Amino acid sequence: MAEFDTVHHDVLVVGAGGAGLRAAIAAAAGVSVGLVCKSLLGKAHTVMAEGGVAAALGNVDDRDDWKVHFADTMRGGQYVNNWRMAELHAKEAPARVRELEAWGALFDRTPDGRILQRNFGGHRYPRLAHVGDRTGLEMIRTLQDHGIHQGIDVHMEWTVLTLLTDGSRVAGALAYDRERGRFRLFAARAIVLATGGVGRAYRITSNSWEYTGDGQSLAYHAGAALQDMEFVQFHPTGMVWPPSVRGILVTEGVRGEGGVLTNREGRRFMFDDIPENYRAQTAADADEGWRYTQGDRNARRPPELLTRDHVARCITREVREGRGSPHGGVYLDISWIAQRLPHAAEHIKKKLPSMYHQFKQLADIDITREPMEVGPTTHYIMGGVRVDGDTQMTTVPGLFAAGECAAGLHGANRLGGNSLSDLLVFGQRAGAHAAQFARDHDEAAADPGEADAAAQAALEPFARHGDGPYQIQQALQGTMQELVGIVRREDEMVRALREIAALSDRAARVAVEGNREYNPGWHTALDLRNLLTVAEAITRSAIERRESRGGHFRDDYPEKEKGFGQFNIIVRKGADGRMELSREPIRPMPDALAQVIAEAG
Amino acid sequence: MTETRVATFRVWRGDAQGGALRDYQTDTTPGMVVLDAIHQIQADHANDLAVRWNCKAGKCGSCSAEINGKPRLLCMTRLSDLALDRPVTVEPMRAFPLVKDLVTDVSWNYRVKKRITKFTPRAPDAPDGTWRIQQADVDRVQEFRKCIECFLCQDVCHVIREHHDEAAFIGPRHFVYAAALEMHPLDVADRIPALKLDQGIGFCNITKCCTSVCPEQITITNNAIIPLKERVVDEFYDPLGRLVKLFSRAHRA
Repeated sequence: MAEFDTVHHDVLVVGAGGAGLRAAIAAAAGVSVGLVCKSLLGKAHTVMAEGGVAAALGNVDDRDDWKVHFADTMRGGQYVNNWRMAELHAKEAPARVRELEAWGALFDRTPDGRILQRNFGGHRYPRLAHVGDRTGLEMIRTLQDHGIHQGIDVHMEWTVLTLLTDGSRVAGALAYDRERGRFRLFAARAIVLATGGVGRAYRITSNSWEYTGDGQSLAYHAGAALQDMEFVQFHPTGMVWPPSVRGILVTEGVRGEGGVLTNREGRRFMFDDIPENYRAQTAADADEGWRYTQGDRNARRPPELLTRDHVARCITREVREGRGSPHGGVYLDISWIAQRLPHAAEHIKKKLPSMYHQFKQLADIDITREPMEVGPTTHYIMGGVRVDGDTQMTTVPGLFAAGECAAGLHGANRLGGNSLSDLLVFGQRAGAHAAQFARDHDEAAADPGEADAAAQAALEPFARHGDGPYQIQQALQGTMQELVGIVRREDEMVRALREIAALSDRAARVAVEGNREYNPGWHTALDLRNLLTVAEAITRSAIERRESRGGHFRDDYPEKEKGFGQFNIIVRKGADGRMELSREPIRPMPDALAQVIAEAG
Repeated sequence: MTETRVATFRVWRGDAQGGALRDYQTDTTPGMVVLDAIHQIQADHANDLAVRWNCKAGKCGSCSAEINGKPRLLCMTRLSDLALDRPVTVEPMRAFPLVKDLVTDVSWNYRVKKRITKFTPRAPDAPDGTWRIQQADVDRVQEFRKCIECFLCQDVCHVIREHHDEAAFIGPRHFVYAAALEMHPLDVADRIPALKLDQGIGFCNITKCCTSVCPEQITITNNAIIPLKERVVDEFYDPLGRLVKLFSRAHRA
């Protein structure tokens, strides 16, 4: 057996985006904490979040409170959410946002000096605290700059290969450092997974290289249950041109500030298809929609601010039916507000500075003068590791998950702005409960053979001659994009499963060149197991859900089925190593919460 | 629209032990940035070519390098802005120790940041523990808070490039950070003595190289460093002003 360099922490946090940082800060209040991240500190995907963080502060519209936020979240999630998480999230988000201000974050202000809030899709009242369109940067930097003074040991550019257990409890993690390729065993009493999403399983995505489903896959292989993996969010507005930036996010804030979607005929097609359960909340005409974006409390929101799943499907329909823009998207126009506002160009640059910058520099488009071209991009996964709503513990004792890699809060579809609040609320909870678990338990003994085997397997690609890792990754991305994308059919998904199986065989023979020092080819090869695991979980779950709900749309079952709203789809690793599916009934909601939803209408 | 042409990229390959520039040819299409070309080379010719990146939209500050000798972000440098009839040179940042290829060891920046006194707010303004801040006061420091920590300003700074003394000089990035805290509407800590005595603000002789390379267009020298230098002068060389300031800080706290 190899001797591994071993580091001991009471709590190990994997991932240093918003959820990981917030968890580490919470845990560090009581126990020793290690934080492992694949990139440099402060570069995780939270940095890309633009629109804002949802919290019912009621600063702009005092009719808002946790109950409305709760009801909006459940409606957006099509009621398969973990209602306990939705409740805690709505109740605790305001305190988590105010706490950021105490740590130095500066949000935009109301005229009386309080935190300003903006409109966003699916939120009944202006609810998103923001800083222009770079809220994520403000958040991650605030957490980072606060976090570095909390005594947390930060291990930058380390990747976890596998979780170790003593057979039942989590005991540690085997990781390698990206710079030198050395292995290290992180022994811990509790581990928090905060690794984000799975976007790199698709070709068109807003996600960076990091989002390879690590947390979901690590938890799955350690015996934890995954939940509702079929619910993938395709954000309606990604850039479509030039090709090299295809998929990069265009914030929903553009629509919140009055931006409209039109097709090549100049028609605002979003007015053509308004779902029945949102009709009463949606503007009757363009004028009412505009008044809503400008803060008229008596106006209803424009159809561009319907939930993301719906807007993305409408855009897909326009493109498929030949009414798209030249590069295969539709138009998103904010420049038109010049007809309504004096100094519109300055206003746009002030409210959406990074969008202005992004289009100007990457696409030669001046968004104050001309429309953008946009189309759907793989953005987020609502499903993930199944957790307890209060503690965020997974089905493996001592293993916790928070943020995007955990499931539950968002149900079948996430509302914009609920991700940043998710990170804060459940990052804090996971960190605090992991610390408590660490106080209550000794370190479990990891099976040294497991670590040994994982390290040996990780080195095998150097000794092989075969397919390169990039070719396999690209093939998988193509499969998921084409066959398990925004519109799904059983026959295509069954084909996807066969292709995933074939790619798994190829991945088992993947070869890499060079040595262990900062070798992206090797890193990509090691990511393949995670990508293939989550791709299979998404596909199997999507086949199982024979209905359309939220982010999951079935061409062959286009309607929502009441029966499918009664359970979550669970994926586990079976005793024979194969993926097993089951249906877990959703616990009935307490009367008080059901009442809140009934009152919201 | 989609015309393809072959271009040559002269990329630095090697580690701390040594290395050399190597030429790679790859197809280019309209709208491509240098990072796309590097990724194509990585996928097709050199799987182990080391490069950092994340967001691909100029927001995370990971892909800093020197393109044709100029410190820039790989993801925000469009090929259409470069002359492709000759090789495009892509090298790692030179001010930092090399790890491999285009990746450098920037860890000292993280150590230095810890030395700067953290955010220290005044007591809350309202009984519910919140503050009242005017938008104008938020706007005033927004510029500094845009920083994406790409460290290109550190890379180009001749004090760092030539002296490599992190104990004595924290560099433009951290002056911007200190300025963001000093001008934060709620902050009451005093970082001026440390800036003068331990962090080397006096070594900056305002050549403005940092400002010229900042991808976020932060006016580092004029808006951050010079005002901090003025505060140093006020505190250390103007006894009356220092007294007034001490009093007003005590009052605010």
